[in-house]
Amino acid sequence: MGAFDFGAITRALPYLWDGMQLSLLLTGLSAAGSIVLGTILALMRLSGIKPLQWIGATWVNFFRSLPLLLVIFWFYFLVPLIAQRQVDAFQSALVGFVLFEAAYYCEIMRSGIQSISRGQAWAGYALGLRYSQTMRFIVLPQAFRNMLPVLLTQTIILFQDTSLVFVVGLADFMTSAVTVAQRDGRLMELYIFAAAVYFLMCYGASLYVKFLQKKMHQ
Amino acid sequence: MIEIQHVNKWFGPFQVLKDCTSRVEKGEVVVICGPSGSGKSTLIKCVNGLEPFQEGIITVNGISVGDKATNLPKLRSHIGMVFQNFELFPHKTAAENIALAQLKVLGRSEDEARARGKLLLDRVGLGEMGHKYPSELSGGQQQRVAIARALAMDPIAMLFDEPTSALDPEMINEVLDVMQELARDGMTMMVVTHEMGFARRVADRVIFMDEGEIVEDATKDEFFGTPRSERAQQFLSKILHH
Amino acid sequence: MKYNWNWGILFEEPYFGWLVSGIEWTLIVSAIAWIIAFSLGSLVGVARTVNSMPVRAVATAYVELFRNIPLLVQMFIWFYVVPELVPDGLGRWMKRDMPFPEATSAILCLGTYTASRVAEQVRAGIESIPRGQTAAGLAMGLTLAQVYRYLLVPVGYRIIVPPLTSEFLTIFKNSSLALTIGVGEVLMQARQIENYTFQGFEAFTAATLIYVVVTLIVVFAMDRIEKRARIPGYGVQRGQ
Repeated sequence: MGAFDFGAITRALPYLWDGMQLSLLLTGLSAAGSIVLGTILALMRLSGIKPLQWIGATWVNFFRSLPLLLVIFWFYFLVPLIAQRQVDAFQSALVGFVLFEAAYYCEIMRSGIQSISRGQAWAGYALGLRYSQTMRFIVLPQAFRNMLPVLLTQTIILFQDTSLVFVVGLADFMTSAVTVAQRDGRLMELYIFAAAVYFLMCYGASLYVKFLQKKMHQ
Repeated sequence: MIEIQHVNKWFGPFQVLKDCTSRVEKGEVVVICGPSGSGKSTLIKCVNGLEPFQEGIITVNGISVGDKATNLPKLRSHIGMVFQNFELFPHKTAAENIALAQLKVLGRSEDEARARGKLLLDRVGLGEMGHKYPSELSGGQQQRVAIARALAMDPIAMLFDEPTSALDPEMINEVLDVMQELARDGMTMMVVTHEMGFARRVADRVIFMDEGEIVEDATKDEFFGTPRSERAQQFLSKILHH
Repeated sequence: MKYNWNWGILFEEPYFGWLVSGIEWTLIVSAIAWIIAFSLGSLVGVARTVNSMPVRAVATAYVELFRNIPLLVQMFIWFYVVPELVPDGLGRWMKRDMPFPEATSAILCLGTYTASRVAEQVRAGIESIPRGQTAAGLAMGLTLAQVYRYLLVPVGYRIIVPPLTSEFLTIFKNSSLALTIGVGEVLMQARQIENYTFQGFEAFTAATLIYVVVTLIVVFAMDRIEKRARIPGYGVQRGQ
């Protein structure tokens, strides 16, 4: 294989950048969707209403016992079958990610909501706010803010997880790197480059989270 | 105005309220006192339905609190409540705290809500503090904002749940002064407190609770003059000779 | 939805045999990787708590490096790149003579990656023990190593039984990534059944059930162990 060939990387940069954009798009949409769904699940788990609690808990425990890879395959296979037409791999992956990651975001939001004292909700009710208003204007904004570092950390994990769409051939950053690596026979260069890019992005983001945490504790 | 009839409440197997009966007339100030764990905070939270109760009836202006058909949010919007730990919303400024329910519950306009908030902040002596967040205010200031927040709803009655017991001693009076002023203006008030000085100055009646029971329900003069029950006497001697 | 159900296919040969061999590979890879993760992770976790600055720095670098690179990338690096990077002789051996090259790479990958996560749990466990305990141990005349050996590590581990359980389950789930380098674990077999029979629904359901059932068994078993290991009045609050 010979010496490390930087040219193999620079030549592929435009192509890899396309892949990275897809990775970021998938991360952003999945995070947004699964935070919303996760929050709904968390509210179900805390609702005190037995059937809703059961659905929330089952959802979380079920998806957390499965490998994400299996979920990706499931939806790659299922979504077109249900939709009765060809479905873009991006869409089926997005559905899988949202449903799967919601289980993890749910637990974060649940502990966030529980960290808000009961008196805050009481104060909202005492002013005549309904449950939905109390949640929306008082409890959730605070829970979200308290949990922001943890939510971001989970999103860093989600970003890493998006590399798994490689198995359904969706052209994210990872898949692009593998494609170039195999086409040019430059495995070492491309895989180390991919590792370095992921590392810098994730480590940088995690430093920002630490900074944020420090700022919040002041 | 507020009518409490034979209310029983349990937390699991533990009975926290035992056959509580009392009433508060319009314009009356009733102080509820008693040792900690006597059920007084629970009772006052039953009045606006924050705590459910299993037996008995509570009505406010003829509307039954425990009735499933009652529109609780609407009822609560007419009853102001002030909490031991202030419970200002920490992510909103003082002015926003006061505006929130005006906008979302009463449907007032931004301008209306802001003007009303300004007026009330002036009234509790915090006219310049509207832009501050709760964490930037002292405990006494926070509690006064909380009172203004409750008043902004134009309540027909106010409930105070140990409004001064989380405060440093030097801040207690600024809050009690505001409450005394309210009483003078004719507000109907139920106040859970250990401040017997306040009770002497302001209350019309005093309710003494112990172990979930209303042991004494008397006019102020009767209560401080000749408390009938031994438990109330003991309580008073403990709290007054401190 | 037009789909021809055929649940029986799962119990026909060779498909049934494939699933069984998939379970075997999944368990073998997970178990050996867990041994690496647990021992290496303990070492790194303890190293993150010691006073020596360089030791701490190395341990921290390890954790940051492994947890900030996607596992899939690590899998490819272990399988395709590491044999190129190591000295020639070893590299040649890895490529030509190493037994089960795919599984071995996967085990090393999962083990070293999960070690970084275990290390964080171990560190958290040790740091949750009040400083006074170390002082008390030293005051009794124990050496620092003895304090770790008899006090911090045993107490720390009891505290982190639940998070360690979930780390084991993480390794178990993550072992599915080994299919990308050709290890015939459960998910690989399920896909293969789908490819051969077009009974994707049945195949993936089988894989799903296998994961759920194993998870339930592990959670149940660890719950028992945790109850036994628990120190009265110490530490773990859960189920809230």
